[in-house]
Amino acid sequence: MSVVLDHPSTGHTAQHDDHSSSGWRRWVYATNHKDIGTMYMLFSLSMLMVGGVLALLIRAELFQPGLQFVNPELFNQLTTMHGLIMVFGAIMPGFVGFANWMIPMQIGAADMAFARMNNFSFWLLIPAGLLLVGSFFMPGGAPSGGWTLYAPLTLQMGPSMDTSIFALHILGASSIMGAINIIVTILNMRSPDMPLMKMPMFCWTWLITAFLLIAVMPVLAGAITMTLTDRHFGTNFFNAAGGGDPVLFQHIFWFFGHPEVYIMILPAFGIISHVVPAFARKRLFGYTSMVYATSSIAILSFVVWGHHMFSTGFPVAGQLFFMYATMLIAVPTAVKIFNWIATMWRGSMTFETPMLFAVGFIFVFTMGGFTGLILAMAPIDIQVQDTYYVVAHFHYVLVAGSLFAMFAGYYYWSPRWTDVMYSETRGKIHFWWSLISFNVTFFPMHFLGLAGMPRRYADYPMQFADFNAIASVGAFFFGFAQLYFILFIVLPTMRGVGKPAPQRPWEGAEGLEWELPTPLPFHTFETPPRLDATATKIIHEPAVAGAAVAAH
Amino acid sequence: MMRTFKSNVLNRLVALGAMLVPSFVHLAHAVEDLPGGPAVRQLNLHPAVTQIAESQAWLHWFMLIICAAIFVAVFSVMFYAIWKHRKSVGHKPATFHESLTVEVIWTAVPFIIVIAMAFPATKVVIAMKDTTNADLTIKVTGMQWRWGYDYLRGEGEGIGFVSALDLSQRALSDAGGPKAGQDVQDYLLKVDHPLVVPVNKKVRIITTSNDVIHSWAMPSLGIHQDAIPGFVRDTWFKAEKVGDFYGDCAKICGKEHAYMPIHVKVLSASDYSQWAATEKALMTAQPAQVAQSAEITASTK
Repeated sequence: MSVVLDHPSTGHTAQHDDHSSSGWRRWVYATNHKDIGTMYMLFSLSMLMVGGVLALLIRAELFQPGLQFVNPELFNQLTTMHGLIMVFGAIMPGFVGFANWMIPMQIGAADMAFARMNNFSFWLLIPAGLLLVGSFFMPGGAPSGGWTLYAPLTLQMGPSMDTSIFALHILGASSIMGAINIIVTILNMRSPDMPLMKMPMFCWTWLITAFLLIAVMPVLAGAITMTLTDRHFGTNFFNAAGGGDPVLFQHIFWFFGHPEVYIMILPAFGIISHVVPAFARKRLFGYTSMVYATSSIAILSFVVWGHHMFSTGFPVAGQLFFMYATMLIAVPTAVKIFNWIATMWRGSMTFETPMLFAVGFIFVFTMGGFTGLILAMAPIDIQVQDTYYVVAHFHYVLVAGSLFAMFAGYYYWSPRWTDVMYSETRGKIHFWWSLISFNVTFFPMHFLGLAGMPRRYADYPMQFADFNAIASVGAFFFGFAQLYFILFIVLPTMRGVGKPAPQRPWEGAEGLEWELPTPLPFHTFETPPRLDATATKIIHEPAVAGAAVAAH
Repeated sequence: MMRTFKSNVLNRLVALGAMLVPSFVHLAHAVEDLPGGPAVRQLNLHPAVTQIAESQAWLHWFMLIICAAIFVAVFSVMFYAIWKHRKSVGHKPATFHESLTVEVIWTAVPFIIVIAMAFPATKVVIAMKDTTNADLTIKVTGMQWRWGYDYLRGEGEGIGFVSALDLSQRALSDAGGPKAGQDVQDYLLKVDHPLVVPVNKKVRIITTSNDVIHSWAMPSLGIHQDAIPGFVRDTWFKAEKVGDFYGDCAKICGKEHAYMPIHVKVLSASDYSQWAATEKALMTAQPAQVAQSAEITASTK
């Protein structure tokens, strides 16, 4: 570990990275938030590809009625692992990658509060990911009860259920430690001139998300541990014959599950709150209101879990309560949408790729939000629960929501990360290709759901064939768009191919991350900077703020 | 002859499209709507057979229209801004960035809209939960992977049978599905023994399960109730049309989850009485089941 701590003094050129270890040690022993952020992002991209392949296998099978490629048992494994890998492997680590890269720079901190725990949080993901992906190769195959792992079906699964439970525990521990790190960093290591109510919105959304994580990951751990003991240690939590209740699993799982989906969207909201003002050249409208709206969403997210369980047989009071509470969440979410549009209103907009994805997010996420409001109505939910209407809804908010926001953030901040500009033409191709193929894939699923096609079905009545075929074609196009993104946009910039990035590639961008020099030094803000009244500009350059050249 | 890379790629794309289009056309013409089941390229909910399903469909239109109107209004504003408030047309940025008045308005208005939406929904929720005074009570048992139906009270009491997907259709699925041009209208919806109920009678459905959680979902009747092992739940419907109606298991229950459909046959009162009598006779005629069913039916006389 001491290899990292001692930095020999070198007069380095602009392109030379300031770190003493190289090769595998740089990464395995990484404690630098930039390196750890990079690793999280690469892990997330890899899991996106794995989950994407599983999705394409699903869509290939569903292209036509009848079983052509897989048997129903394998199909159920595909849907289950697609969900688990995307949620826990692609989306969550992706946002943690953004947090690691951006939070210290945005608040003027040298690094995260607990740099070594940060390293551990990341490296825990590797065995967990291997366990999840490797579960396909275990006897009996991967778990096949849906990513929601309802009991008592999970009691029938083979040994891969146990390894997946272990993997989820590891992922949960990683998330909890990461969340602790983020909270302590944000609350303790901001520049003294940055009070909380002047902190960048991305940091706010991550602060709130981190509290959600700490609150609910242990609940998931509880639910899956109870499943494990029911499977092997003679307990009967979810086994009615032994005095238990299968629905108890659903309550515990969804008490985690609903805040979990907000964990997956709040950082996205934060990214959009940076991109839109930058490209509208106008400050974010209603900063205070945005903070309150995000907090309200987070608090309300704890009391709506029952809307995933409308068909389990709640008494009337239960149905009504969860319906009302869920409908209520629409209000702060709407407020956020209005604030973003008000930011755009009478701005001076340009539409580089980050802005395209941000505007695309606002448009398509809102569609997902409306289908969510429709689903919140219990009588309607009874018709479409467990159908493709739900699948359409959550893919609209998770793919066109979270994933598009991550793309927006990538295009916005990658000039900072890689010191080169991505190809703007290719970025635009990626955007339009993704937006169109996404809608071709998931819009028909609304119709399929209304028509009654259930989820997690390997085969279906022939009347559903046309929309399934369209969705499958769209899915393949969408998958290839992401391959294009990785091979022709991300990889070249990681290799340094592209125009050198200016310090301020975006005219309207504000924030401490844009105050730093280019090329970006390995260590930044080793001394807390002094800031102006808006807490977005450094007003007095301490000896080692930003550039490491002077001190080293 | 030298071909450019672009024209090669284009040629390949055209060939791919040429392959796909006939398959669409084939699929489009090969199957008709299933009365009481899904329609080809169905866009909306099933035609309602019960008052509850009617209310659910009404609510859906209500929500869809309001949400669509709000969507159009909000995004007209956004697209107007995208069009007019652009740097490339010379628009300079304004500097406003907060307004308490505006925030209060656009918090209060959605709040009021949401409350207004909740009123009609509440009425339907309460109606859906009222299972009292049923004319007929049927227990539905979910099993891996079929449904068991037991007529507990009302006309037809004592009848019990298991309903499973038609075996030839299951085999057809394994064989790769219906061939192009083959019209299997009730593919994966045909059962060996449909649930039969009388029209215009309130039927209370009690759900439970023998093994894992299943879900009895009949969209045209407006019902979706989980079948939970070790517990009973109930729901109800009153079919107002005679005919055949189809549904599915709606909670993943293992490998044959896609293969346990539901077929409800709604008959006129006289047809139903006839069916009930025939069914009871059939049951007593089967030696293997005689002992049990005779005791059950005898004790209720």
